[in-house]
Amino acid sequence: MTAPLESDDRTPAIEARELTRRFGDFVAVDAISFQVRRGEVFGFLGANGAGKTTAIRMLIGLLAPTSGSATVAGHDVATEADAIRRRIGYMSQRFSLYEDLTVRENIQLYGGIYGLTVAQIRARMDALLQRLGLEHAEKKMVRALPLGWKQKLAFSVALLHEPRVVFLDEPTGGVDPITRRQFWQMIYDAAAAGTTVFVTTHYMDEAEYCDRISIMVDGHIAAMGTPAQLKQDSGVATVDDVFVKLARPQLAGTAL
Amino acid sequence: MSGPPAVEVEGVTKRFGDITALESVTFHVDAGEIFGFIGPDGAGKTTLFRILTTLLCPDAGSARVLGQDVVRELWALRSRIGYMPGRFSLYPDLTVEENLRFFASVFGTTVEAQRDVIAPIYGQIAPFRDRRAGALSGGMKQKLALSCALVHRPDILILDEPTTGVDAVSRREFWDLLSTLRAGGLTILVSTPYMDEADRCDRVALIQKGRVLQIARPDAIGDQYPLPLFAVSARERVGLLAAVRSFAHTASVYPFGAELHYADARTGIAPQTIVSELSAHLTVAGLHRVSVTPMRAGIEDTFMRLMSDPARDLELADASRAT
Repeated sequence: MTAPLESDDRTPAIEARELTRRFGDFVAVDAISFQVRRGEVFGFLGANGAGKTTAIRMLIGLLAPTSGSATVAGHDVATEADAIRRRIGYMSQRFSLYEDLTVRENIQLYGGIYGLTVAQIRARMDALLQRLGLEHAEKKMVRALPLGWKQKLAFSVALLHEPRVVFLDEPTGGVDPITRRQFWQMIYDAAAAGTTVFVTTHYMDEAEYCDRISIMVDGHIAAMGTPAQLKQDSGVATVDDVFVKLARPQLAGTAL
Repeated sequence: MSGPPAVEVEGVTKRFGDITALESVTFHVDAGEIFGFIGPDGAGKTTLFRILTTLLCPDAGSARVLGQDVVRELWALRSRIGYMPGRFSLYPDLTVEENLRFFASVFGTTVEAQRDVIAPIYGQIAPFRDRRAGALSGGMKQKLALSCALVHRPDILILDEPTTGVDAVSRREFWDLLSTLRAGGLTILVSTPYMDEADRCDRVALIQKGRVLQIARPDAIGDQYPLPLFAVSARERVGLLAAVRSFAHTASVYPFGAELHYADARTGIAPQTIVSELSAHLTVAGLHRVSVTPMRAGIEDTFMRLMSDPARDLELADASRAT
């Protein structure tokens, strides 16, 4: 990606400082602090209900923090949400592409939403379709694509406007094991090109593919570091074991 | 296992327009087994389970559950099956307790009469009995759905992707519940896209694009793997994949967590020879702390090997034609 740098290269792509969100008496996200470097693949793990979704919604400017602050691509999530939305990409398994639009129409729609010119959309569409080997499918309805292709297309569309940071919320859920690995190759390619990748997953082997991971438990970040560091600190063999040890200590040592 | 099979499926085929959802699927499940269907979205798992639960008719072939034909004897069969569909199927505006009473009454029974059956699971959600089902967490919803599937004391439980989208620890807890139910004698059919759950089943069927690729006990699933397989690691994680790909005898190489799994295209060569050659190749390529270790194929290795046939390249063409 060749997005012009608006801030110093050393500015973190994402920085959260005591970021907090309450719903009534319930503290969904409790003063989390972390930094993600430019071009880093950062895995954001946690059990269901640990606060991941609430944290992501704050980082992409959809939910105001109760206290604390965060910047994404150098912009404040509370006061510059519009600037952030232009500089980030987002995809999830639940919402990504419009099923009853064609591949081409989805690309045109998202290109337009992100303010690309017609010429930019045309050039990037051709490059995208060629990269995915989807040239012959551009007039097909997205609903007719196999899930793995949909997810690869959705990721490419999320990168269409060359965002600084891309948020991927369980992008590989239910995807076959070969496509899952092809998807991770795309993640590495995007990171190598300078895009920061912020990703959640329930597949613990995928956690090992991240440069660094954090594990949220009950609104807190219970552990953060490289997969190798976390395994060493916990004295266990896999990130899965680290996860179980932190999230449900009473289950540690039992087989899946 | 003795006695007649709990499920007998012979040559079941189901098409939706031009799409073949199931292609001549054959298997049987013994009474008292946990039998897992493992495959990605779109493999045909849901279609198969809808046929077994009498909600869809097969286009060809036959299926018997608990000795009864799923087409001709559907009314006798329905009350004997406990079914948990893939999507959350409860009434979000009813409370936990109300959902359970509703499902009991549909089958002409009461929660009180069945208390012993559901106690192990319902006990965990009982503190929330007055909460609306829509306001439960993912793990709690799943336990309520399982309680509702059990409340009429079924002879077989059919669970469609009960753990999809559920975190790794909640998945363990759910499988512990299934093991408890199996110990009580219940036959359980369960589908999942998570390959690591195979070990919790007595037998598994690998399914992809409507076809059963293999049926085996989980510890034997790698026995048919046709090539020598090795776990490979090095200090340089990113450069390692390209370096292994550039080795002259590579059949396949896939990341597996912190390692790569490398299949050598040659057979009849001593594993130690391959270890030496590949280690030398990687060292020459400039990698450090190279480790190459022979290994047994696991379920995901086997699945990828079985699914990477030339027909897969036609997948997109098939999908295009379907529009």
